[in-house]
Amino acid sequence: MSHLFGHDQPLKVQTGGGDAPSLVGTFDPRVRVIAACVFAIVVVVLQQIEFALGAVALAAVTMSLTDLPLRVTLKRMAAMDGFIIVMLVMLPFTTPGTTMFSVLGAEASKEGLMHAVLIGIRANAVVLMMLSLLSGMTPVALGHTLYRLKCPPALVHLMMFTVRYISVLHDEYHRLRMAMKLRGFKARNNAHTYRSGGDLFGMLVVRSLERAERVLDAMKCRGFSGHFPMIDDMAFRRRDGVFAVFFLALIAALVVLDRIYVFAY
Amino acid sequence: MHIVDGALAPEVLIGGGVLAVAGLGLGLRKLPIDKIPATGVLSATFFVASLIHVPVGPSSVHLIMSGLAGLVLGWTAFPALFVGLLLQAIFFGFGGLTVLGVNTVNIALPAVLAGLLFRGMVSRSSPVTAAVLGGVAGAFSIALTTLFVAISLALSGDAFIPAAKLVFFAHIPIMVVEGLVSAAAVYLIAKVKPALLQPADAAADFQLQAAVLRAKQAGEAPNG
Repeated sequence: MSHLFGHDQPLKVQTGGGDAPSLVGTFDPRVRVIAACVFAIVVVVLQQIEFALGAVALAAVTMSLTDLPLRVTLKRMAAMDGFIIVMLVMLPFTTPGTTMFSVLGAEASKEGLMHAVLIGIRANAVVLMMLSLLSGMTPVALGHTLYRLKCPPALVHLMMFTVRYISVLHDEYHRLRMAMKLRGFKARNNAHTYRSGGDLFGMLVVRSLERAERVLDAMKCRGFSGHFPMIDDMAFRRRDGVFAVFFLALIAALVVLDRIYVFAY
Repeated sequence: MHIVDGALAPEVLIGGGVLAVAGLGLGLRKLPIDKIPATGVLSATFFVASLIHVPVGPSSVHLIMSGLAGLVLGWTAFPALFVGLLLQAIFFGFGGLTVLGVNTVNIALPAVLAGLLFRGMVSRSSPVTAAVLGGVAGAFSIALTTLFVAISLALSGDAFIPAAKLVFFAHIPIMVVEGLVSAAAVYLIAKVKPALLQPADAAADFQLQAAVLRAKQAGEAPNG
């Protein structure tokens, strides 16, 4: 599990061997980040289920051009917060409109059901595209990309530190957890469990802060002067341009067709 | 409590985005370069917290600990929690890209408010009082987050209002658990490393004292 958070490897499950990047992985990360953002913005304004399904298809094609493990990715795509699922289930019953069926006296409307389905499709399309375009990147590469895209340097540095220490602290968490287990701790519904959880987390905070002090001292020892060199080999080549134009054309087509459809009917 | 892409109205998304950028700007202004390592490490800690599951009734929830983030980090909790949400969205597919602003405001703003409200009191209290206040701050922050989530939903359409109410009431046990866990964590921190809960200038004094103490202790026999 802790390998999921390695800072120098993608956060996907390691397939082992085969280091050659997939087709999607060969494009300039800046293009991929912008493409994912534009895609997300366009998809959330789509009004027709047909075109939202088109967006899912586009995301699925993109996914097939990556080397992400199929099962894990689909699972992550479909995973939603419990309350979102509850909300989607409730939506048909709370939207006024033509009644379709009723459950225990509550009437479900067609409009509500359509709305819920549309939200589900849009959410999955964005997540799938985001995982396909971005999750193959290492978190460090993402940091460099955001830096090159003119994000505030302080924010990028903060992100790089966070990424670097997630794996370290996750290991630390497992060590503390193991110590609790060895002493016979079992999580139950009682005050003792919550208290132990608080102690565990408090200890994690204290240790991480002490670690941060050592890190800063070590940085100062090595002449840290308030600036991190960001070395990368990003290059915008012709094929990145072609990819960008092709991708933009596809999503522009989606949104234009969607608008035409809305106005025509 | 990640809202997904595609559920909220565009106006809500834009409003959330603007507020998030403003909060990030304010948070980053209060983040000098030599505070970045500590903030980054704490941000990672809060990320790890979201992987810790505690049982609640027949199910389990993961910790959020945003109240504690506000107590420890103050305004810089905003960028710290944003980074966590960004990483979760991109690499795990929790939430989405266009709702990132709304999700950040929903989680980080209550954290900052909890920090502003309770930090002064916590830093002046004894560990037990600090624990009680910390618990209140933890529960308050989750309650406010739930309220903000409900408001974001309600603003996006009347059909969401019943769901929004349900979200709020369903989260009451989670508020209680977060409060209890936060109280225990604050108690431990107040005992072990009270400097963490002090405002920045007081913390500097405290560190000086600690350094003097350590220098004294260095002359004594090692205690293992």
